[in-house]
Amino acid sequence: METTEVKVTNTRSIVNVASRTKQNKFKSALTIGLFVAPALIVYSIYVIYPILTTLMYSFYDWDGMGAGVFIGLQNYIDLFKDAIFWKALTNNTWVVLTSVFVQIPLGLIMALMLFAPIKGIRFFSSIYFFPFLMSTVAIGMLWVLMFDPINGMINQFINLFGFENVAWLSQTNTALFAVLLVIVWQFAPFYMILFKAAIVGIPEDLYEAAEIDGANPLTKFFRITLPLLMPTIVSSSILAIVGSLKAFDIFYIMTGGGPNHGTELLGTYMFKQAFINFNMGYASAIAFVMFIVALFVTIIIQVMDYYRKKRGAYV
Amino acid sequence: MTIGFKKIPLYVVAVLLLVFTGFPFLYMISTSLKTQGQFFEKPFALFSSFNLENFQTVFEMGLSRYFINSILVSTVAVFAVMIIAALASYPLSRMKFKLNKLLFLLFISGMMLPIHATLIPIFKLSQSMGVLDTIWALLGPYIAFSLPISIFILTQFMQEIPKSLEEAAKIDGCNHFQIFWRVILPMLTPALMTVLIYNFIHLWNEFIFALVLISSPENMTLPLGLQDFKGEFSVNIPGLMAALTLASLPILVVYLFSQEKVVKGLAGGAVKE
Repeated sequence: METTEVKVTNTRSIVNVASRTKQNKFKSALTIGLFVAPALIVYSIYVIYPILTTLMYSFYDWDGMGAGVFIGLQNYIDLFKDAIFWKALTNNTWVVLTSVFVQIPLGLIMALMLFAPIKGIRFFSSIYFFPFLMSTVAIGMLWVLMFDPINGMINQFINLFGFENVAWLSQTNTALFAVLLVIVWQFAPFYMILFKAAIVGIPEDLYEAAEIDGANPLTKFFRITLPLLMPTIVSSSILAIVGSLKAFDIFYIMTGGGPNHGTELLGTYMFKQAFINFNMGYASAIAFVMFIVALFVTIIIQVMDYYRKKRGAYV
Repeated sequence: MTIGFKKIPLYVVAVLLLVFTGFPFLYMISTSLKTQGQFFEKPFALFSSFNLENFQTVFEMGLSRYFINSILVSTVAVFAVMIIAALASYPLSRMKFKLNKLLFLLFISGMMLPIHATLIPIFKLSQSMGVLDTIWALLGPYIAFSLPISIFILTQFMQEIPKSLEEAAKIDGCNHFQIFWRVILPMLTPALMTVLIYNFIHLWNEFIFALVLISSPENMTLPLGLQDFKGEFSVNIPGLMAALTLASLPILVVYLFSQEKVVKGLAGGAVKE
């Protein structure tokens, strides 16, 4: 008696399986939807929709009020003939190069110092991190005062070595250098932290084995530390490149892109065109080019990363 | 003896780096404690005087207003981000569905995005929503641009939580919302701390959205207000330095009390334990 009952329910459930899976599928889709919806809505309104709208605006001659005039690709044609645009792109490249070839090596040196067998290293490491905690606006304003031609620290310092005062931020040839120095100052501590975490992860016995083989500190660094830090160097470079393309704050505060566009970046140029000259269409074209450059760089990095991993160059 | 001698270059490098990273701070704090007269007399003497008047002046000149605005908007945005990102990270890290990878990629790619590509539409959007030139205009963009890194950190962390816990809860009859609320969320605390610190510091210092969306002094956040101070304090350099010191103080204090957490938080998803 009992067994037949069980059989009956079993067949019933088999019949119901199809509709039930459908129901479950709908239910789980609904659950997933409810979890993701708040994030997706905010993200769509403030990230996805604006990018598409920027693309649309870039085809218009528009001052920000009323309706613009559709001009097709004219903004882009003008942009590629615009000497300031190329100047800005060059300056962005300088920021990238400085970040990768000055900031990251300096961050590595700072991280290595944290493992140096010297007294008070905890104190040193706390101070080393300070610049990264300060707001970019405060950093910019502080360094503007330090670069001041008359009352500035920097000139006082170089006077000690018999150099004349320099108007750092108002000469085209020194302004870019000065701002790049500040960028290095601000972000080197960040890379220090990344490298510190990576160095901690290197197994101690590798160094012990090397010591038994009679390796000196330099050999140990080039044969063990550096190769094992390669993944961190790569990911730091990605962060540095992407960050440099977005650079804005420090340049805006310190020089506003001047003198004579000497420190103009895509970001500062776009801002001026949009919110000072009200060339919203043209500014949108600059903004969209920034987006494409960032996308392009990201894709290249991802593809390179994919092939490197495929080759098994690092874990 | 020879060992001590060998260490001298190390000390030299360590001290050089210390001066490079720390000196601008000392200079800022020391100058903020001078009167204007003292500054012009001896601009480079460190800690030659100890005068707190400048701090009072800048506070009275509106810095307190900027502080309140910054605290308000960063706090609301950070807590909203923590909730929204945690919710979204749950299915993205622990459920299988068709669009999972695509959605994740869509969110994460926001980290690479130049903010400039969204500025004009967000400006127009705030205008038509009637929030332009209020601190509430900042909320939407702040939350949206904090989502990518937050979702990245939280999904990384959630993947490590063992599936068996979830299954046990399921057997006890919990649905996904109950599992999320009772099982996952309590275990998420360390990752949420990272998200909180990372986003709070970044939003506290955020500049470009504030610059574009806010124009009246009474609605300015701290970074924007500081920038505005520059005009009024163009001759009073010690006063300006006092404002800069005050603006940097909250984060420095938090850092001094919980260094490890802040460092880990700031490195965000980049440093994995």
